[in-house]
Amino acid sequence: MKQAITGFIAGGVFGAGLLISQMTNPSKVIGFLDFFGNWDPSLGFVMVGALITTFFGYRWVLKKPAPAFHTTFHLPTSKDIDLSLVSGAALFGIGWGLSGLCPGPAVAASTLGGLDILYFLGPMILTIAVYRLATSKSAS
Amino acid sequence: MENFTPFSAMIGGVLIGLSAIILMGGIGRIAGISGIIGGVFSFHNPLDKLWRLSFIAGLLIIPFVLVLLWPSLKVIQFKTMGGWLIAAGVIVGIGTQLGNGCTSGHGVCGNARISERSIIATITFMTMGIVTVFVAKYLGLFL
Repeated sequence: MKQAITGFIAGGVFGAGLLISQMTNPSKVIGFLDFFGNWDPSLGFVMVGALITTFFGYRWVLKKPAPAFHTTFHLPTSKDIDLSLVSGAALFGIGWGLSGLCPGPAVAASTLGGLDILYFLGPMILTIAVYRLATSKSAS
Repeated sequence: MENFTPFSAMIGGVLIGLSAIILMGGIGRIAGISGIIGGVFSFHNPLDKLWRLSFIAGLLIIPFVLVLLWPSLKVIQFKTMGGWLIAAGVIVGIGTQLGNGCTSGHGVCGNARISERSIIATITFMTMGIVTVFVAKYLGLFL
């Protein structure tokens, strides 16, 4: 139960952050990626704020022997810079640029963006589900 | 630059960071959205599904409530429609699973851990995002 509550709170704070920063607005995201055009650097500040906070927060939290409501920290162990990492990130970048949406904002805006957001979110979740069920991948 | 909003962006970023700290400090998990969604379909342990679904519920419900309270927070404008959004959803679905992360898992959590994989992934998706927007504008795909 504490795990579920922690998950809900973390998800809620994440969603609030995405909404307030306007990561949930596809035009804003595309403005940030429009580096050679009418560039809007705002979302760089999201990255900077999130990175600094997480960097120091993780250093503090990961010093503890275990998380508050679980036995271990689940940290990714893979160190390989391989084709799937690079091609996956490249594909993700293409879809992100085309739509102005990435997975978090798509979920956060799912009740706010009418049918258009579902055009993106539905196929995204379906693809993820098919991929996972096909590969039975046990990831982070 | 009339759309430049560094303060709200910074506040939003700090909240995203806090979420990552809560999830790691509370239950030892990386706040990577594509990984959290993916895990719903690949783990068979119900307890594992529970925190994932709770996270997704929070991510969906809290923005909904905030917009009810402050309608001005709701600013959503699309630059592409219909088939392009469907195609982008499929590409993002495959890409994030193949590359093991997205803007949150690699871009925030991984980079904060100075993970080499995440740094490479972030440079790659940022570059491809910028190139895609450049090409899409050139081809006149955006509204």
